[in-house]
Amino acid sequence: MNALAARRRHPAAILILLLLGLIVTGGVYAALAPKPATAAEASADQIERGRQLFLTNCATCHGKNALGTPVGPNLAGVGAAAVDFQMGTGRMPMAEPGVQAPRGKKVTFSDEEIADIAAWVASLAPGPAIPDAEYTTAEGGDPGKGGEIFRVNCSMCHNSAGAGGALTSGKYAPPLTGVEGKHIVEAMLTGPQSMPVFNDSNISPESKRDVIAYLKSMDAEGNPGGMALGSLGPVPEGLVAWVFGLGILIGAAYWLGQKGA
Amino acid sequence: MSTEHSTDTVRLDEGHHIGEGGIPAQFVNPGLPPHVHRMSDESAAGAKRAERQIAGLFTLSILGTLLFLVSYFAFDTAHRTWVPGLGTVSTTNLLLGVGLGLALLGIGLGAVHWAKTLMPDEEVVEERHVMRSSDTDRAKFAEIMREGGESSQLFRRPLIKATLGGALGLFSLPLLVQLVGSLGPLPKNHLSLTMWNGHPDGHGDYTPYQERPRLVTDPESLPIKASDVTIGSVYHVLPEGLLPSPEATEEEAREGLHHGFLEEKGKAAVLLMRLDPSDFKDTEGGKKALSWSYQGIVAYSKICTHVGCPVGLYERTTHHLLCPCHQSTFDVTDDCRVIFGPAKRPLPQLKIDVDKDGYLIAAEPFHEAVGPSFWERG
Repeated sequence: MNALAARRRHPAAILILLLLGLIVTGGVYAALAPKPATAAEASADQIERGRQLFLTNCATCHGKNALGTPVGPNLAGVGAAAVDFQMGTGRMPMAEPGVQAPRGKKVTFSDEEIADIAAWVASLAPGPAIPDAEYTTAEGGDPGKGGEIFRVNCSMCHNSAGAGGALTSGKYAPPLTGVEGKHIVEAMLTGPQSMPVFNDSNISPESKRDVIAYLKSMDAEGNPGGMALGSLGPVPEGLVAWVFGLGILIGAAYWLGQKGA
Repeated sequence: MSTEHSTDTVRLDEGHHIGEGGIPAQFVNPGLPPHVHRMSDESAAGAKRAERQIAGLFTLSILGTLLFLVSYFAFDTAHRTWVPGLGTVSTTNLLLGVGLGLALLGIGLGAVHWAKTLMPDEEVVEERHVMRSSDTDRAKFAEIMREGGESSQLFRRPLIKATLGGALGLFSLPLLVQLVGSLGPLPKNHLSLTMWNGHPDGHGDYTPYQERPRLVTDPESLPIKASDVTIGSVYHVLPEGLLPSPEATEEEAREGLHHGFLEEKGKAAVLLMRLDPSDFKDTEGGKKALSWSYQGIVAYSKICTHVGCPVGLYERTTHHLLCPCHQSTFDVTDDCRVIFGPAKRPLPQLKIDVDKDGYLIAAEPFHEAVGPSFWERG
């Protein structure tokens, strides 16, 4: 201490002190500064690649500037999450016109291409970004609580077992079996097609993770009771019971009443 | 016997006879077809075969029972097996069901096959007879009844007759009273009021709120900021105070689930949607809906006016609300007017506003009874 104190008037002291101050300030700023959102990290290159892909693959329906045409909606403000959901599940590009884009059997574009297009669409207007991976896996989620949230918010359209169901005029809520957690969260954030939006203040990211945990546990559980008949409830169950059950009973009664052996 | 054409009785087992074009003057009862003996009646080998078949069915039943017993102890209930056509199923469920099925079916089929092949099969005809008893029998019966009445002095002592009649007649009342009493208390105004009117006091009445209640989410019971309800959003909403608050301990939460909780929830459930204010139709209903909204956030009862199913299927693009039970469809842009299906009335709207902290509140209770129509609904 004494040695330091003795040299405090050394001409280099001011320089060292200044340097120290700069390092501390810089370090603290780097540690505490707000991180830019993932979407903003997209480089100009990526956005340009996305624009080119969009012009060749999507612009026919959505317009050259993605502002929509009579056959495709305006994409300004839908966010990267909407692009990742629609293209990542193979719904877009739509194979044929219809009331609703069905889930695709295969995804047409690579992950990089989808990310490029998402970056371009996200650069048009602010919208929901691709969700944080922390909340898109079932890990750490509570399937019990997720089930409660699912039954209140989702089951009226998607069925309590996640088997999907009909809406009006040929539209439908798709089944939720085997859907990636990321796409479930993206659907809730963006409200694709007929689905309403469930933003993070309606269902928190933690609760969304609980819902994923519930759906994954339903997937893993399967149907230990045998044929689920589409998990559609009393209509198919009643049909099977009446047609097959009654058919067998009538057959048995006929056999009992027959003469001779 | 006519000579023009044959009127000989044609037996059913003689096969087809070529007719001669005429109709006999009178049809003769053809009688019963002759008895055909069974294979097991005619040959010892046939009987032996039937015996073996019956024994086989009974053995199948024994095997089924053994399968049931063995699989009951051999497999854990968590054990799963893949079965073609069924998928992955619980092993015990499957084997217990198949075992029990075979056990019962084996006994039943064996017994029926036994009765059909080996038990006697003579056919006996029992002719119908007149139902009425003979006049002598009827007179005798009347005499016995009259004598009984005389000897018990029933006719001579009218006091007994009257009191017995009264006792028996009155005895039917306890049954009727129970039946009517079990229908429950009168509904009073419970079908017209909900928890948006006031807090239930536990005696079937509602204490009006000092401050209008906030709208909270179901099932997490969180208040809703108007700015958080983005366009296209749907919130499933209940009045504040119905669900236990998120900070409540488990014990408090359990206490909060008071008697009649589900009934209150069933009446007060509300669906909250935000539409672009320009989406509302330029009709009387659309204007009223917009004026009862908060910047396009509308709240409607979730209980269908047809038979009370929860109307929760909101299509964001068409603004249609669909009831999953009978496909009643309501147009949210036109004050939830019925545009399809069996419902007769629009869904009741809840007038909403925001409090000083920016949270949504119910400015007024429902103006009409929620849910299906009922007799005294006014």
